[in-house]
Amino acid sequence: MVSVATMQMSEQPVAGTAVQAGTASGEARNPNSSETTARTGAGVPVKASVENFSFYYGDFKALKSISMPVHEKRVTALIGPSGCGKSTLLRTFNRMHDLYPGNRYDGTIRLHPDNTNLLDPAVDPIEVRMRIGMVFQKPNPFPKSIYENVAYGLRIRGERNRSVIDDRVREALRGAALWSEVEHRLHDPATALSGGQQQRLCIARCLATQPEVLLFDEPTSALDPIATASIEELIHELRDKVTILIVTHNMQQAARVSDYTAYMYLGELMEFGETNQIFVNPKRKETEDYITGRFG
Amino acid sequence: MQENNSSGAATLVPYGPLSVSDRLAKKALRNFKERVIELLLLGAAFVSVLTTVGIIWVLVSESVNFFRNVSIWSFLTDTMWTPLFAEPRYGILPLLAGTLTTSAVALVVAIPLGTTIAIYLSEFARPSVREVVKPFLELLGGIPTIVYGYFALMVVIPMLQLLMPELSGFNMLGAGIVMGIAIIPYVSSLAEDAMRAVPMSMREGSYAMGATRLQTAFRVVFPAALSGILSAYILGISRAVGETMIVAVAAGMQPNFTVNPLEPAQTISAYIVQVALGDLPHGSIGYQSIFAAGLSLMLMTLALNLVGHVVRRRYREAY
Repeated sequence: MVSVATMQMSEQPVAGTAVQAGTASGEARNPNSSETTARTGAGVPVKASVENFSFYYGDFKALKSISMPVHEKRVTALIGPSGCGKSTLLRTFNRMHDLYPGNRYDGTIRLHPDNTNLLDPAVDPIEVRMRIGMVFQKPNPFPKSIYENVAYGLRIRGERNRSVIDDRVREALRGAALWSEVEHRLHDPATALSGGQQQRLCIARCLATQPEVLLFDEPTSALDPIATASIEELIHELRDKVTILIVTHNMQQAARVSDYTAYMYLGELMEFGETNQIFVNPKRKETEDYITGRFG
Repeated sequence: MQENNSSGAATLVPYGPLSVSDRLAKKALRNFKERVIELLLLGAAFVSVLTTVGIIWVLVSESVNFFRNVSIWSFLTDTMWTPLFAEPRYGILPLLAGTLTTSAVALVVAIPLGTTIAIYLSEFARPSVREVVKPFLELLGGIPTIVYGYFALMVVIPMLQLLMPELSGFNMLGAGIVMGIAIIPYVSSLAEDAMRAVPMSMREGSYAMGATRLQTAFRVVFPAALSGILSAYILGISRAVGETMIVAVAAGMQPNFTVNPLEPAQTISAYIVQVALGDLPHGSIGYQSIFAAGLSLMLMTLALNLVGHVVRRRYREAY
């Protein structure tokens, strides 16, 4: 079972802080801690809370009673060795598992402020996906123009007004730091873009519908270092506007982009806390071993 | 082990080293065997090439004889095809009109139905349903076309006559509809393959945006598979143009110059059947006309294949 201090979450969103004591001591440890301090700590509201969530692929229990908060307008990284269930957990937030038969889950994921249980069978997965966007491991632009890719979410929501769509597409492409590169060829096929541009296009596609939460499933694992840096920079810019959950294999990336980190191992949440604390002063031996590269 | 190796590596090798000449002999033998096998494979590949070349040669050489007697101009522009009359006329237009009309009717049936079936099987059907439907479709493709021909004549045309009492017992509509049914399996199975080849990540991307299954199927999967789907259509057209028995049985053997599907007509392929059945004396101009007709048919199919090739390249998506 998970035995981390931060697991005793109350229903009150505001109370779900990670490690209350960590903030003050973090100041001394981290050179750029003034920023970090402001981003974590007691005052950060909770956007979503996972409570006793278990997941089964057929008979195999892939996730064991996970509970953790996801803080609003902060970046939460899920790290852990391959097969630990971090992608499975991420894909639960937008009910991707519903697409495949044989998947079973129980527990709740509450989305605040309205306290909707995302996993409730009565909640339409399409409604959930309208609120929670997702960026995949491999860039997956649709076989349409750059413009139509970004407009896709608006069109399936029934938006017909051209000037509204034009504005939102421009805004989303700016938000994804892609506008200057594509403004003169909006109607070229999206597949003509480079891998990094395609991934930023996929981010723009999500931003166009203004989601409350953005899920990133190893968004840079198919990209070269330069494209990776641009995506990380983008995540940095987006974190003030939207709640972000990111799965990554790359621990340096987790350390660079996230405010909170969850370390998972064999379907269990081993430790959750401020990224600073997890990387500098992990509470558990297993976390330390993984982070220092002794294991995994 | 390592000590052993350093002391005498040769003892670990079960056979002694070959002399240079021995190794060369082995290599020569191996090279000879490979060469023979390669030639056999090349020969197998050439069977199809030689067959095609042979067919083209027969068609062209016999057509040349035909065109010595009939000018290409009158062949292409005359609106009468009457090789059996006392004063025969050889205008391909009536046969061409018959071929294109029956094919058009067939495509009006096969493309919408075939596409719908493909979308359903690829995007909506549960695996258990697909397991049942696919063998039936394959069965539909395996029915001999002569059976389809009589199905058109005995079942479909009488049913059409209930709706349209004036309709002739032989007509292009009935033949075309049944021909369409006969080519559905070709269209649907190729189009389905094309859509199933669209990677799951593309669908996930669409679902993750909050799209429904219908929106995902029509706005993402269908356009992504467009090149394969268009090839499926073109294969369907090629089959319709070359289809013989259904139209020979049910469309009537009258070379009328008309594009009205309610009338009887003759297609190029049906005309070739008629002559091959022995209505015309061997060696006559009328007999040679089947080669000119066959050449026209082949050129049409060739053109369609070329169009298909261009379309496939033009709409291919890199994913």
